[in-house]
Amino acid sequence: MLTDITIGQYFPGRSLLHRLDPRMKLLLTLLYMVAVFLPRNWYGLAAAAGFLLAAVLLSRLPLRLIWRSVKPILFLVLFTSVLNIFYVTGGTTLVHWGFLRVTTQGLITAAFLSARIICLIIGSSLLTYTTTPTALTDAIEAVLRPLKIIRINAHELAMMMTIALRFIPTLMEETHKIMSAQKARGADMESGGLLRRIKALIPVIIPLFISSFRRAYDLAMAMECRCYRGGEGRTRMKRLRTAGRDWLTLTVMLALMIGLFLLNQLGSVLA
Amino acid sequence: MIEVQDVHFQYEADGEHDLVPPAVLRGIDLTIEKGSFVALLGHNGSGKSTLAKHFNAILLPTGGKVLVDGMDTTDPDNTYPVRRLVGMVLQNPDNQLVSTVVEEDVAFGPENLGVPPAEIVERVEEALRTVDMLDYRTHSPHKLSGGQKQRIAIAGVLAMHPSCLVLDEPTAMLDPAGRREVLDTVCRLNREQGMTVVLITHYMEEAALADRVVVVDDGLVLADGTPREVFADGDRLRQVGLDVPQPTALCAALRQAGVALPQDILTPEECAAALIPLIAKKKGV
Repeated sequence: MLTDITIGQYFPGRSLLHRLDPRMKLLLTLLYMVAVFLPRNWYGLAAAAGFLLAAVLLSRLPLRLIWRSVKPILFLVLFTSVLNIFYVTGGTTLVHWGFLRVTTQGLITAAFLSARIICLIIGSSLLTYTTTPTALTDAIEAVLRPLKIIRINAHELAMMMTIALRFIPTLMEETHKIMSAQKARGADMESGGLLRRIKALIPVIIPLFISSFRRAYDLAMAMECRCYRGGEGRTRMKRLRTAGRDWLTLTVMLALMIGLFLLNQLGSVLA
Repeated sequence: MIEVQDVHFQYEADGEHDLVPPAVLRGIDLTIEKGSFVALLGHNGSGKSTLAKHFNAILLPTGGKVLVDGMDTTDPDNTYPVRRLVGMVLQNPDNQLVSTVVEEDVAFGPENLGVPPAEIVERVEEALRTVDMLDYRTHSPHKLSGGQKQRIAIAGVLAMHPSCLVLDEPTAMLDPAGRREVLDTVCRLNREQGMTVVLITHYMEEAALADRVVVVDDGLVLADGTPREVFADGDRLRQVGLDVPQPTALCAALRQAGVALPQDILTPEECAAALIPLIAKKKGV
């Protein structure tokens, strides 16, 4: 259950990764996602994975947390692996059964892709594990600000995210209350098939909707009372600041990308 | 501080119905002095909340004028200066907090005003200290009690450095302990910092804390005076669906039964002080 959304996935700590500027972390995560798709051979992939391992160790996150982020996508990994094993053909044939063929090339491609997906997931969960949702919202606002040219208002998007984060626990609590109230009046929400259960939720969802609208109205008025008039002319209490460590990590990331590029060249020379 | 001159207010008729909605305010005249503590009483639908929303330009009068420090609220240029001067706290603490972190919520007002960041930090600290919530600055509001949330809401308004605080039934959704916390904070702000306070309530005990009680009924000012003056006329209050504080009611009942008691008793302490000698005399006989 989302008992504390302000913490979200965040795992408190004082590591280098925790202290990086959230904007830089966002950029680094995006760069890493690109980096994971650079390697064309195992040397490169090993380097990318090694880099990630170093980052995980630096973050001092418990390894079970990392496992927890990977677990839900194992099915996806398995599924794409199976597809790759049967679709990609090349090298020597290991099993031939009717129209299905398993080849060495298929196995290699499947393993390669699985490793990429897992690196991708761990890389992005490192961001959410080491950054509070509030910091992340600020970072998104800062990063999206240039989109003003195409009339996307970054401030409004960030405000919506903040309000959503703020109200999720409140609405969760309210849902529990409404459910208890309906149960007290004899509503049955735990038995029956899927369709019946969905139907049983209607008397919960409708009051929840109505009260959300009332809350939205109240909140809008409260915000007006506090002189809110959009992002223009607004200042922020907390300013995001980049420090030396941010630029250092960016340099390391760029070095990794160049390294991966060179490893690709090396791979083709060796082959 | 706030001058309300013959204010009328009526919601606009919506397009579908030709019915003109009834007037909510029908000619209110009221002046709120700087530094005073005014309680606005009235039963549901009397127009007291509508009147309060005129104080900070959330609603604009359809007739008459509202002046805040001499600024006419109908002038669009005055909207934000007026809202900064007259801070408003609403009934439901859950629906008026914006951020997931206490200090960031308190910072919301000054941020909107464009206050420089370094000063915002000072203002937030000062405001949280005033409502005695500084220890909770990094907490998330949904884990706090109702009284604490309402104090955060007050801090959020204080950080804008207002000169008047309007509270619209701030204790209606709180438990007795939370009510106490909020009222103590409000009284302290009025006494120690000279903050002008307008407290809208339907609790008579809360109204008794004020220097002045204004009773609104059916869009008009029905009574205006010190709590003692207003509550002395219990019958008139009951006619408009209001009551008098319990000690006042008790003494009125006893007076009717022939016990010699003064008319202007307001607090339990005064009531006890008046009754104890009488009881002692009776026992002595």
